Amino acid sequence: MKILRFAGIVPLIGLLAGCGSGAPSAKIGLNVELTGEMPAVGASAKNAAELFISQQNAAGGIPIGDQKVPLELVIGDNAAKADQAAAVANKLIVQDDVLAMVGPNASACAIPASEIAEALKCPMISPWSTNPKTTIDVTTGKPKDYVFRACFTDTFQARVLAKFVLNNLKKTSAAALYDVASEAPNGQANLFRETFEANGGKIVAFETYTTGDRDFSAQLTKIKAANPAVIFLPCYYNDVPLIVQQARRLGITADFVGSDTWSTPEIIKLGGDEINGSYFCNHYSAKILTDTARKFMSDYKSRYGQDPDDIAALTYDAFGILTEAIKTAGKMDRQAVRGALSKISAYDGVTGSFKYEGSGDPVKSAVILQIKDGQFVWVANATP
Amino acid sequence: MEYFAQQAINAIQLGAIYALIALGYSLVYGVLTMINFAHGDLFMVGAFFCLIIASLFPLPFVVILVLVMLSTGFLGALIERVAYRPLRSAPRVSAIITALGCGLVIENLVSSLSPYAKPMPALFSVTGYNLGGLSISSLQILIIGVSILLMVGLDFFIRRTSFGMAMRAISFDSRTVPLLGIPLNKVISVTFLIGAGLGGAAGMLYGLAYPVIAASMGVLVGWKAFIAAVVGGIGSIRGAVVGGFILGLVEVMTVAVLPSTYRDLIAYSLLLVILIFKPYGLLGKAPNQKV
Amino acid sequence: MGKVMDFLKKLGENRVILPVLLVVGFILTLAISQFAPLEQGLQSVLRELHLNTYVIALVGINVILCASLNLVNGYMGEFSVGHAGFMSLGAYASSIVTVKLLPDMPDALFFFPVIVGGVVAALAGFLLALLSFKTRGDYLAIITLAFLMIVKSALENIPYVGGPRGMLGIPKLTTLAWAFFWAVVTIWVLRNLLYSKFGRAIAAIREDEIAANSMGVRVREAKILAFSVSAFFAGVAGALFAHLLVFATPATFGIFTSTEILVMVYLGGIGSLAGSIIGAVVYTLLSNWLLPLGTWRMVIMPLILVLLMLFRPKGIMGFRELPWFLPKREARRKDS
Repeated sequence: MKILRFAGIVPLIGLLAGCGSGAPSAKIGLNVELTGEMPAVGASAKNAAELFISQQNAAGGIPIGDQKVPLELVIGDNAAKADQAAAVANKLIVQDDVLAMVGPNASACAIPASEIAEALKCPMISPWSTNPKTTIDVTTGKPKDYVFRACFTDTFQARVLAKFVLNNLKKTSAAALYDVASEAPNGQANLFRETFEANGGKIVAFETYTTGDRDFSAQLTKIKAANPAVIFLPCYYNDVPLIVQQARRLGITADFVGSDTWSTPEIIKLGGDEINGSYFCNHYSAKILTDTARKFMSDYKSRYGQDPDDIAALTYDAFGILTEAIKTAGKMDRQAVRGALSKISAYDGVTGSFKYEGSGDPVKSAVILQIKDGQFVWVANATP
Repeated sequence: MEYFAQQAINAIQLGAIYALIALGYSLVYGVLTMINFAHGDLFMVGAFFCLIIASLFPLPFVVILVLVMLSTGFLGALIERVAYRPLRSAPRVSAIITALGCGLVIENLVSSLSPYAKPMPALFSVTGYNLGGLSISSLQILIIGVSILLMVGLDFFIRRTSFGMAMRAISFDSRTVPLLGIPLNKVISVTFLIGAGLGGAAGMLYGLAYPVIAASMGVLVGWKAFIAAVVGGIGSIRGAVVGGFILGLVEVMTVAVLPSTYRDLIAYSLLLVILIFKPYGLLGKAPNQKV
Repeated sequence: MGKVMDFLKKLGENRVILPVLLVVGFILTLAISQFAPLEQGLQSVLRELHLNTYVIALVGINVILCASLNLVNGYMGEFSVGHAGFMSLGAYASSIVTVKLLPDMPDALFFFPVIVGGVVAALAGFLLALLSFKTRGDYLAIITLAFLMIVKSALENIPYVGGPRGMLGIPKLTTLAWAFFWAVVTIWVLRNLLYSKFGRAIAAIREDEIAANSMGVRVREAKILAFSVSAFFAGVAGALFAHLLVFATPATFGIFTSTEILVMVYLGGIGSLAGSIIGAVVYTLLSNWLLPLGTWRMVIMPLILVLLMLFRPKGIMGFRELPWFLPKREARRKDS
């Protein structure tokens, strides 16, 4: 009888999850980190996606062929976990039958999801995953057909950061501390080590921790003994504050340099005084605004009451590129959309100009920002 | 040498917190022979209680500590009353699973109510001291001091007071002792109150030491402290303290001398070896087996 | 209601219908992957139910996990929390076969890497069983926990299998048919084991290990067999899971996964194969349907478990069995 009582819940849930049908709409899936280790990332992406959709639908939808079709957003939460990201990708593509999928953002989630999108031949754009493996098939070494991203890659980012430390900060010894179990931080740390050493720098300590750790005193004591001038921390925004605070308490005075994994304002809220003066690599800066970017910033601020971070900007751009491709394709067909995506040669987005050259990685530039008195301050530009 | 002395300070700080949490596991186990898997989450709740109390009322450290211990303690006793007491005569595994479930409910409830990690306010300004190249902060001294004080206090309570004697008696034989006029339910409630209170205190100290708190922080630390309690000999108060410090030392020292990726591998292998040779922990006693 | 129950009871007593149903089910699942219209038809039906084929395959895998853990935690009365560790060994061992050793293997031979995964996990289960002789109860729980953490940590330190970032490029070989096949094999093997001499031995161990020992039950052999069989099927499930997800990372097989399996076991009911199936099905479907609720889902699921424990401590089935999961002679005995 108990079983029957459980069965009673089912239709109720069906109602909860129910989605309407009727007039044709272009369904776009959003696979993001709404809960788990980095909810701020998912929240920004969701905000930007909903902003974009409401703007397009207010104008009656997007022109596909000879009719205007409204966009429909299907959101899935991957909880910042690899297996759930894969499950959500499956659900969006097979069950919800989306035309294309945007996300996930964390590389640890984007890589498994990309394998599924590729296998099911559904276009996917990750706004923020910088790891090379997201768009490259590891077994063949060739670019994946259906997977794109809206950001630069870690190979480029590592070069930018290594040169920034050597040429702008004029420091030649560095240490790194990173989450060994997380894809993006792990890749960034290793690529940074390669490029930094190739350009004449010296890595004096290379330490790791595991997702969920909060005590870094042992690793930091080891780093302190190696006495680096710069500490590279390619860690997500919820780990960085703990690391910098413990480092300063141990009497470490080196500069902190981070990657684009830092780029949410949460890091300032959590970081306290200790994070002041640190540098990191980012996708765009409020300092170099195009008209598109200015309009996005004011729209976002008036809707949500806060400034967009780069995850929001990149998600907005991912949707922009995608709708551009759907318009060009002229029909709601995954393969046609994929073809149109790969031919985008000059899309003017919030985070700069996009161009795909034979792979899913756009040719884009980066900026270096500094955290100064609770603000992200522009420091330098870097072009590919 | 200086390097190892610094690592030793790190180890003592970490070990003190593990020990404080491990005490909660051991205390409850000693009296009820039940693993309270919700303990790690009570520890997390302690940090959040501290955040709430400290941001509402600017009270001195000691008062906040007492309030946090009381509120977490009552939450622990409440859980015992609602979820564990009805299962006291049920198979032991039902109680363990209920505890596991309660832990998940608490953790996810907090994470639903507060999905974002929160910065912990500093309750006092931290000063760093430099002793011949060693850095130690007033916060570290406080954490170690408060932990040791609580451990000694608990040991005194258990060994020297009549209530402590009642707890030990129930732990020895929970069927006969109530017949002799010792109020079983009251003793068990107080045990949970103290155990959860210590967990809450540990959560608060942990939150001060690592001042970004999130709902997920209790899980990993909780399981590790549980391991510490078992290595020390679960049910033994002094064993929990020993286990906590050993775990802290092993974790820090493997990082100190080996590549840090090997930390968990070596730490847990070592603990496994200890358990193979001392199956009931370092200070634990083999349970009486009735045939 | 009564009529339905009567019908179910009759159905349960009918010994012919079960193999027929199983064969029909297997042919159906096999046909689905061969004929596109059939697959699309299934998908549109599942879509109405807010499900997809991935979730259905996951149900099969969870049935294997749940039933095999039930052997140790339910029938034998131990408390193991290391099931995800065996799962990860199976996932990695089988993926090494399909990715590194035999990349050109025909899909039809998928049973081979799955068995390799199972055997590797069973070896680990054997080792763990040796350690479990001296300890019992809560100490065994801690050994399995330490085992889980050691496996995860060891995999993170082996660059050959991708270290902490895991293995990529695993072919998608787990079909509905394979998941169904292995779930049936698991239940069948466990059923035959449980109602043999061995089954009575582990029941005796659950009730009182010392008494069982003195009555001549070979406690060590029974324990080794129980642990190895349980680990074997966990490894099988891990292999299927890796080839369904098409990747494997050490972090996927952590404490949380173990806890999920535990929840399924105790939800369905310990000491019952029917309970294992019900637990796995209910848990997997429910957690899929509740996905839109975000973290509240993870408040509701364990809350259901707690309430179940309070009001029905043995789980849904708890030491009861549907007649289908009993061998013929046992089913007849229960009736009389």
